Amino acid sequence: MRRILLYIIILTTGFIFLGRLFYLQVVDDSFAVRSNDNAVKVVYDYPQRGYIYDRDGELMVSNQPSYDVMVIPRNLKPFDTTELCEIVSLERKELERRLDKAKIYSPFLPSVIVPQLTKSEYAFLQEKMRNYEGFYIQKRSLRDYHVDHSANVLGFIAEVSPATIKNNPYYTSGDLIGRKGVESVYEDTLRGIKGVKYIQKDKLNRDIGPYKDGIYDTLPERGKDITISVDSDLQAYGEYLMTNKRGGIIAIEPSSGEILSMVTAPTYDPADLVGRKRSPNFSKMWLDSTARPLYDRSILAQYPPGSPFKTMNALIALQEGVVDTDDTFSCHHGYSYGRGRKMGCHAHASPLAMTQGIAQSCNSYFAQVYRKIIEKYPTPQEGMDVWNKHVRSFGLGDYLGNDLSTGRPGKIPTSEYYNKIYDYPTYRWYATATLSNAIGQGEVLLTPIQLANMTATIANRGWYYTPHMIKKIDGKPIKDERFIKKHHTTIDPENFDPVIEGMHQVYKNGTASSLQVEGIEIAGKTGTAENFVRVNGKRMQLTDHSIFVAFAPVDDPKIAIAVFVENGYWGGRYGGKIASLMIEKYLKGKITRTDLEDFIMDPKNSLEDEYEKPYSGEPFLINDGKKNGWL
Amino acid sequence: MMARKTAGFDWLTILIYFLLVCFGWANIYSASLGSDPSVSYFDLNEPYGKQALWIALSVFLIVIILAIEAKFYQRFSSIIYITALILLAGLFVFGKTISGATSWYAIGSFRLQPSEFAKIATALALAKYVSDIQTNIKLFSHQFKAFIIIALPALLIVPQPDPGSAMVYAAFFFPLYREGISALYLVLALTGVMIFVGTLLLGPIWVTAAVIILAALSLLLKKKKRPGIPLLVFIVATCIGLSFSVNYIFNNVFEQRHRDRFNIVLGKEVDSRGIGYNTNQSEIAIGSGGWTGKGWTEGTQTKGHFVPEQHTDYIFSTVGEEWGFVGSGLVVLLFISLLLRLIFLAERQKSQFNRIYGYSVVGIIFLHFMVNIGMVIGIFPTVGIPLPFFSYGGSGLWGFTILLFIFIRLDSDRLSF
Repeated sequence: MRRILLYIIILTTGFIFLGRLFYLQVVDDSFAVRSNDNAVKVVYDYPQRGYIYDRDGELMVSNQPSYDVMVIPRNLKPFDTTELCEIVSLERKELERRLDKAKIYSPFLPSVIVPQLTKSEYAFLQEKMRNYEGFYIQKRSLRDYHVDHSANVLGFIAEVSPATIKNNPYYTSGDLIGRKGVESVYEDTLRGIKGVKYIQKDKLNRDIGPYKDGIYDTLPERGKDITISVDSDLQAYGEYLMTNKRGGIIAIEPSSGEILSMVTAPTYDPADLVGRKRSPNFSKMWLDSTARPLYDRSILAQYPPGSPFKTMNALIALQEGVVDTDDTFSCHHGYSYGRGRKMGCHAHASPLAMTQGIAQSCNSYFAQVYRKIIEKYPTPQEGMDVWNKHVRSFGLGDYLGNDLSTGRPGKIPTSEYYNKIYDYPTYRWYATATLSNAIGQGEVLLTPIQLANMTATIANRGWYYTPHMIKKIDGKPIKDERFIKKHHTTIDPENFDPVIEGMHQVYKNGTASSLQVEGIEIAGKTGTAENFVRVNGKRMQLTDHSIFVAFAPVDDPKIAIAVFVENGYWGGRYGGKIASLMIEKYLKGKITRTDLEDFIMDPKNSLEDEYEKPYSGEPFLINDGKKNGWL
Repeated sequence: MMARKTAGFDWLTILIYFLLVCFGWANIYSASLGSDPSVSYFDLNEPYGKQALWIALSVFLIVIILAIEAKFYQRFSSIIYITALILLAGLFVFGKTISGATSWYAIGSFRLQPSEFAKIATALALAKYVSDIQTNIKLFSHQFKAFIIIALPALLIVPQPDPGSAMVYAAFFFPLYREGISALYLVLALTGVMIFVGTLLLGPIWVTAAVIILAALSLLLKKKKRPGIPLLVFIVATCIGLSFSVNYIFNNVFEQRHRDRFNIVLGKEVDSRGIGYNTNQSEIAIGSGGWTGKGWTEGTQTKGHFVPEQHTDYIFSTVGEEWGFVGSGLVVLLFISLLLRLIFLAERQKSQFNRIYGYSVVGIIFLHFMVNIGMVIGIFPTVGIPLPFFSYGGSGLWGFTILLFIFIRLDSDRLSF
């Protein structure tokens, strides 16, 4: 025992040491990271973000320099807090909160304390910077907007969120990232690749030369410029026309699927979300829960499409062979179906065949045509699914798969849907139960972009390209599979002719006859959709939405457009006028129908009072002073 | 002159010694390298240059030590011991204070730390006393005298203050135990340490509970060799008393810095900015080495001088960072091999003096090795003692060289009876 005790102690110590070393050096790999936190400083070299041009090559977005105040918490020395707060106009408490946050993020790595100083703040602070050890100023580049519109198209850039930093190793605290619009969808293209320099530090955090002689360092790569399909002038004009209104306009070039304009109203000036103004402005808009300026109605709002959807039913009826273009249907101020139920209609000649059925937007005509489609099949379920298949072939009822940062699928009902709500087979349902689909009300919901795409598809006589925003990257035309593949509908091309003729008649002698534009043959369709809102749990009906779709010229479509104006009453009242003006603007470059423009822009015709109604708490009148009905 | 049988020198030990010294120098070079690469490896203004000089001079020392008649060390041990005591005491008058400790004589730019040499003197004196024909180490009075020999230099070192170097004198338990003192001392010491650590970790109440349960168990299980009830009560009472007094001393007598050192190791406090900085940085340096390390002079922690005292007490962290697990494991194995070889050599001595001295050498090197590396890898409280043969410092290197080579000389002479 006396001889071996020391052996045992020495060997045990040896084993414990080897075990501990194995744990520290081989098992636990957190030390390597902590060592680099300690001894290697990472300096980023941010490249220029790519510019954004409109379809005509007009510069919409470029860059301007900005200056961030950064901190490395470990290097902080006591400083004059009051002075710093004054220079950067920050509350003392807020400064302390941000410093604490920076410490939690990492004591060794830089964090942003005050983002995006103005030039004058920067000039002033730069002189004083040496008094604030641990702080330094990092130059970055911010967006510089050359247009005061297209905010929803462009999106904005903001600091990356902690969640993004966690999921994407490219980003570090304080980096900027595109949010919404093309800035977010084409983030990878626009941002370029930041350069990295690794710098070896000593314990006093002094630089002592490049780490490993710079073998890991990389050079920044400039972001690529992109050209988007939007026509800047048309977009500006659309936003102008939507002043004091809510809704969306989408204009598409049918032959390419390129989005010519994407207007949502209300909107904002993109410059409002640049630099330090971004945060307060963003909160203000975010908190506006009724007007919702940040909500892109043109791609997110799902509206009942109303009468423009009748063209769809006409197409399906022709394709299914249930009507002929010469078949007429009578209308006695509406259509009565079973147990005293009646779908109303307005005064017009009767009976009508297809062309005039579309031109006069006869509800009765389409109710009967729709019934024929569904009732062609032995069961309403089968009829419904055939109908659904046709509608979906236009890209409705599902996400379009475009290059917009967001979107909604809309709603096109299926037999399964009705089985569920009518509790089939306990209870049966028939075509009449779904009759609202005939006139684009009831269960059908579309976003403005879907409606515009439907219009473009009709203009093309049966096919469409997925609507998209990108035109060129780095000056080279896009080769994205999604946007150069034609989608064909289930409707034969010859069946489009009578429907297009009907839409042409809408302008000639139908519901939009007062909206003709000299020298341009336009095909269109008015729409007026009932809508309801729930305010404080009370469901109430509001003034109808004013809806309009159109394309022009009829023989060689260059533009297809869908306009939704919330609570604008009948289709020709706002939507039709705006559509005609947009078409004229795009095709002629100038406006001759100034009477239409005067009406739209007349402050008396602002819809703001209409939007106040449900929140006033008072009883109110809808579709005020005008006759009811669908146009 | 009668021809004398000689067994030759133990070349294995000498080989390990040189391996450690040279590898140590390579790491000192890396740890003390400035940011701009030096022109010369032997720049005498830099620690690595000076260390190279000390190493060269220790070769000279080795030759002298091995040339001297082996019996000289036994014969002159008392004089050496007394000289050492005088040198230690003289520090109170002539000592030079460096970083708060008055541990050095300064003659021009040359500095000497007598505590590094006092260990050798004590080992020689203890070996001489215990191996004396008239000494019976089993007698308490003789044990007490041996204790005095050990305690005198330690007591002179503590107030320098250099409690770390004083602590090393605990190493002399090993030769004494080998020569026959009761293991009870070790049991008592270990029990004391366990109560101390247990009290700090769990508090005196739990320690009391544990002691009582253990006592009860010993009554139940060991029916035949059961200790007398009064003795058991005495032991239990002592343990509990010790626990409470440790608690009291720790909280009321210790200074905060002492408490901090223990708390860091016991994991009760994580304070990587203040007192825990050394240990934390040293663990980071070692841990970031991985399997094979970052390469000689490529350690980022080492280059950035994040670890304080890296070329002296924390030299092992450089090994860990730049040579990885392979390098640091090799150093541990070299030390273990050296120690086991030295025990083997000590056991083969016919002379009791040689054996006691050999065990003293093993004990001293082992204690330095255990405390230093234990501290650097974060399993032992921060105690500032060097890693033998490795750490920068002339006195330290010479002290260990003399300590080791006297034993090699004695071993070479083991057949001359």
